[in-house]
Amino acid sequence: MARNVSVQTRIGFTIAAWAIALLLFSPILWVLLTAFKTEAEAIASSPTFFPQTFTLENFGAVQDRSDYFKHAFNSIVVSVGSTLLGLIIGIPAAWAMAFAPTKRTKDVLMWMLSTKMMPAVGVLIPIYLIFRDLRLLDTLQGLTIIMTLINLPIIIWMLYTYFKEIPVDILEAARMDGAELWNEIVHVLVPMAVPGIASTLLLNVILAWNEAFWTITLTSGRAGTLTAFISSFSSPQGLFLAKLSAASLLAIAPILLMGWFSQKQLVRGLTFGAVK
Amino acid sequence: MKLTPILVGAFTLALAASASAQTLTIATVNNGDMVRMQGLSSAFTEETGIELNWVVLEENTLRQNVTTDIATNGGQYDVMTIGTYEAPIWAKQGWLAPLDGLSADAAYDVDDILPAIRSGLSLDGKLYAAPFYGESSFIMYRKDLMEKAGLTMPEAPTWEFIGEAARAMTDRANDINGICLRGKAGWGENMAFLTAMSNSFGASWFDENWKPQFDQPEWKNTLDTYLSLMADAGPAGASSNGFNENLTLFQQGKCGMWIDATVAASFVTNAADSTVADQVGFALAPDNGLGKRGNWLWAWSLAIPASSQNAEAAEKFINWATNKDYLATVAAAEGWANVPPGTRTSLYENAEYQAAAPFAKMTLDSINSADPSAPSVKPVPYVGVQFVAIPEFAGIGTNVGQLFSAALAGQMSADDALAQAQEATTRDMTRAGYIK
Repeated sequence: MARNVSVQTRIGFTIAAWAIALLLFSPILWVLLTAFKTEAEAIASSPTFFPQTFTLENFGAVQDRSDYFKHAFNSIVVSVGSTLLGLIIGIPAAWAMAFAPTKRTKDVLMWMLSTKMMPAVGVLIPIYLIFRDLRLLDTLQGLTIIMTLINLPIIIWMLYTYFKEIPVDILEAARMDGAELWNEIVHVLVPMAVPGIASTLLLNVILAWNEAFWTITLTSGRAGTLTAFISSFSSPQGLFLAKLSAASLLAIAPILLMGWFSQKQLVRGLTFGAVK
Repeated sequence: MKLTPILVGAFTLALAASASAQTLTIATVNNGDMVRMQGLSSAFTEETGIELNWVVLEENTLRQNVTTDIATNGGQYDVMTIGTYEAPIWAKQGWLAPLDGLSADAAYDVDDILPAIRSGLSLDGKLYAAPFYGESSFIMYRKDLMEKAGLTMPEAPTWEFIGEAARAMTDRANDINGICLRGKAGWGENMAFLTAMSNSFGASWFDENWKPQFDQPEWKNTLDTYLSLMADAGPAGASSNGFNENLTLFQQGKCGMWIDATVAASFVTNAADSTVADQVGFALAPDNGLGKRGNWLWAWSLAIPASSQNAEAAEKFINWATNKDYLATVAAAEGWANVPPGTRTSLYENAEYQAAAPFAKMTLDSINSADPSAPSVKPVPYVGVQFVAIPEFAGIGTNVGQLFSAALAGQMSADDALAQAQEATTRDMTRAGYIK
């Protein structure tokens, strides 16, 4: 039954929600505004909110120096490729843990998650040596594999949580009707878990898109993604703040738009199973 | 689903692209001179047919990437941009290919490279990295504020004069700080400045037996002078100020003096960004009459990792980027003021350059007055002016930098910072085997 909420409380909550949203959005807004300022205005000690001299020259300078479209293409291949590969491995794994658990399933899940607890730099040298020997340095294949590996625990955990919400009776009914394991997963389980799978997909695309440590360390130009693109505009000696903002804006724009258009799906998926 | 064939196609295309023809991969930092080189490099490709693949990264990221690659023999890069800190250490490890071809090339004229820079990039007389641009540090000051304070900046001031001038120029009501100095923690940040400053106070990092010297009166004198100067005449929140923050303050007219890299001269005199461009004067870094000035020496240089499969082509590129003709190419394209400074004697004999760069002589004098092989007043077992050229220094220097930055922020006293620096450095040097 809906609770009676007074108008004042509702207004209060709305204002608070907007304030928090604006606070979270403010760095992106500042990047957006700075990208259209001149370098001198961007670093002024009395900062201006809106650009006094509106300029697009930073975007031109950024594209002149570095190929945005090549980096964007690499980002798309790596983030989408690694997410799809992760789902291909993660869906059967999550199925097994959700519907055919053993007494060690919880331990396996915790072990998988524990791999995320170690700082990435802790495994830098072994991974680098393996990549060197397999000739995977600075390749999109290599980056796709590493992104899949680092996001796989999250994919499996999320899918496991969603699958647990699906009544096992439905799968049993399918089996009674003669469905093979493959058909059970593809035609019964997956369609029922679409919101969960979609939100897992979206979240992992975002995580892979924004990953910076491995994409910068394991590439040297050819396979560089947009995080490497942004990094090339940062400098401890010299002022490139407006250009850095332009580069950041170009790098986050695609994922920001994707997030914007899919937010309903994302929220639905993330809260799926939260209320029993 | 129509998306699948598109993605498969894109992935295949990407794999095909990643297996394309061999080129030289060059790792470099993002600063004005390097960016300019990247812009002009199409001429090299036209001349030689060698394609260039640029990896431009922020300094710390670049350092991490190239160190990982070279230490694991990764072979990702054919040309690396390294500094005077890395060059002798990496050469000693056998990680760099000697640049014998350049030394033997009469047209390249290796003897034209400034002696202080050349010595910093050599090991046992062999050149392992070719300097692309060199820098020292000096004083940049506001001539109008100095005049208003009733003082005249000598060409080679003492720390006593700098203290007096900084306090006289400070005008808190108008947000003018007498002096802006680095405070941000890091071996290449505040410790670059403080190590160079300590040399002029007779202090050093280690004695001849590698015993840390922070318990000596020279270091206490250095840190006390720095902290009281910053308290009386420095900007608020100075413990988070590095090069860029001080550059911004100076360009906005908030600093009377700034002691930092000579490369800043072209920024503060550029009227497009600096509000005080026509009021900037230069002077040598201060001293205390002990025979050493508080200025450093650094050169961003190009080197070939021993793991490169394209060493010959890489040396061709380094020759192109660091020879005399390259300076003329930049001058023709962007004017003499934009030529990478601090590497060649002939540049400082060039009348056109002298006319275009009013800070040229001061830069040369600053570079020449730094001696990496005898940085301090007392004899020391290491080379390096604002650093100690041992692999452990990056970690140790940053630790000490954090303590001194905390002292600047008022979180601990100078004595506590020095005592902790002494303890931590002694522990690290003992662990590393320097102290028996």
